[in-house]
Amino acid sequence: MSEVLMDIQDLAKHFVVDTNFFGKPVSVLKAVDGVSFSINKGEAFGLVGESGCGKTTLGKILVNLYSPTSGKLFFEGKDLTVLNEGQRRLYCKDIQMIFQDPYASLNPKMTVGDIIAEPILINGLLPKNQVEERVIYLLNCVGLARHQRNRYPHEFSGGQRQRVGIARALAVEPKIIVCDEPVSALDVSIQAQVLNLLGDLKEEFGLTYLFIAHGLNVVKHISDRVGVMYLGKLVEIAPKKELYANPQHPYTQALLSAIPVINPEKKMERIILEGDVPSPINPPAGCRFSSRCFKVQESCKLQEAKLKEVSPGHFVACHLFD
Amino acid sequence: MEPTYSSNPDENLQAAEYVEKPESQLKVMWETLRLNKAAVAGLFIIGILALIALTVWLSELMGKQILPYDPNYADMTKSFIKPNAQHWFGTDQLGRDMFSRILDGTKISLFVGVTAVAISLTIGVIFGAIAAYRGGKTDTVIMRLMDMMLAIPSILLAIAFMAALGKGLDKAIIAIGLVSIPEYARIVRGSILSVKENDYVHAAKIMGNKTRRIIYKHILPNVISVIVVRATLGISSAVLDTAALGFLGLGVQPPFAEWGDMLGRARGFIFSAPYTLIFPGIAITITVLAFNLLGDGLRDALDPKSRIK
Repeated sequence: MSEVLMDIQDLAKHFVVDTNFFGKPVSVLKAVDGVSFSINKGEAFGLVGESGCGKTTLGKILVNLYSPTSGKLFFEGKDLTVLNEGQRRLYCKDIQMIFQDPYASLNPKMTVGDIIAEPILINGLLPKNQVEERVIYLLNCVGLARHQRNRYPHEFSGGQRQRVGIARALAVEPKIIVCDEPVSALDVSIQAQVLNLLGDLKEEFGLTYLFIAHGLNVVKHISDRVGVMYLGKLVEIAPKKELYANPQHPYTQALLSAIPVINPEKKMERIILEGDVPSPINPPAGCRFSSRCFKVQESCKLQEAKLKEVSPGHFVACHLFD
Repeated sequence: MEPTYSSNPDENLQAAEYVEKPESQLKVMWETLRLNKAAVAGLFIIGILALIALTVWLSELMGKQILPYDPNYADMTKSFIKPNAQHWFGTDQLGRDMFSRILDGTKISLFVGVTAVAISLTIGVIFGAIAAYRGGKTDTVIMRLMDMMLAIPSILLAIAFMAALGKGLDKAIIAIGLVSIPEYARIVRGSILSVKENDYVHAAKIMGNKTRRIIYKHILPNVISVIVVRATLGISSAVLDTAALGFLGLGVQPPFAEWGDMLGRARGFIFSAPYTLIFPGIAITITVLAFNLLGDGLRDALDPKSRIK
């Protein structure tokens, strides 16, 4: 078993939607509700789920954009949730993020070179006269040319901007990068380019990824292990091959059956889930998936299912495995 | 646009051996502004007005008479002379040369416009930024206070301030400045709220920036264009407010020349000597128009997306 880089224990983030007259919360949105998993050094952990299941919120907790409501977040054995703002900032450069929307993630008033140089300068990683050289090196790493550092973000295409965002994340030599749906805003042809780039960089820099996506097909390409989220909870964690070959949770099975297949002759058994994702403000009692599950039993509506190891490294939260 | 970069970065390097000079934001802005004829006209007029104001002010400081006549010297024997070669804009009821008085008035109008905007801008930006950044109760208290100020017609509020502070140029500046604080506070708050949710602000936080640096480096530069445009347009309304206060006899006190005051005192002679009203009126209109044209031009020039290539 390789070394654990990040250990997430029972992490939760609740947003107060509405308060009564006295400021007491009357409705609470449980975006992330008790999630536990760990990310090993050098692996790519894929996190999959529908829109609104809390995967982005989870990513934002890891990079300190949100502070968790409860739970612990260990990074290299140190609990980051107990640190104050100043102490926490010291860990910023180790945990970086790549954003979903390349059009909103670059400051329109800064040149690309300045955008990439900024994290190096504010963390004091290099003397000023070496920064430019480093910026050019980083631009090359992500497949951009050196002269492009003097341009502004609006002069670039979506894929190129995403490359700039990747270079910015790499600039501080992070240990882990949270990739928040980095390709879902891009064209399919560009998606492959960016995914390949991310894969190459992982080898080159020895990076660890938390790769967030809403489809299993994107994650399949890059991940070593995959976690499936539904309504703020993890329902299944497994090594990639195991998960794709042998999905256990009904939700994972449904997600897998939704991946388009290239061969039109091939008949696929398509599992179509009924209804919409229930509101995370008022999730169903018992197992959260029980309202849409095609294998639902009576016991599902009574009690929440906990993650259980069904085979080595393969965890499922489902009453079918009690 | 051009997603044809090779996956081998070295090839890209060779393809682009030349190094392009960075284009400064200011230069790009100026290039765009120059293409807008109306804005250039506005800038040109403002330049002339500023030149007049400066010359009059400096010559006054040095005790020299640069204007054709002393703007405040009354000679009742020469009252109501129609515009002619000696008195281009005629003379008023006290026999003062209108041309000299209008040139002299430029100084006051521009000074009041700029300083009043400076007051409301400073206080408004601070209020708006605090409201947007703190949020919650602070936001509510500040913005409801602003709403209360906005609910009262601005000129009425200015008159109320003048009543409390007293007459005079300095008090007029303060009154006009205070009255337009809510506009700036609202604009700044709104822009910061929309900018601070952008991912690049999040990225700045993730890379370890301190809050103050995030505001200075990432939020304000993206809000500044809105503020600059609003301030330019704000000068024109400040000029107009000064004139209104002067018209009501609350602003600059006689004998000093101020366009609105000139209008107010001459309004009894609108039929017998219309030139005593027409020229100050034209002066106000031209100044306000010039600032409005420039403001509109700046709004286009500062928006990187609307820039003409």
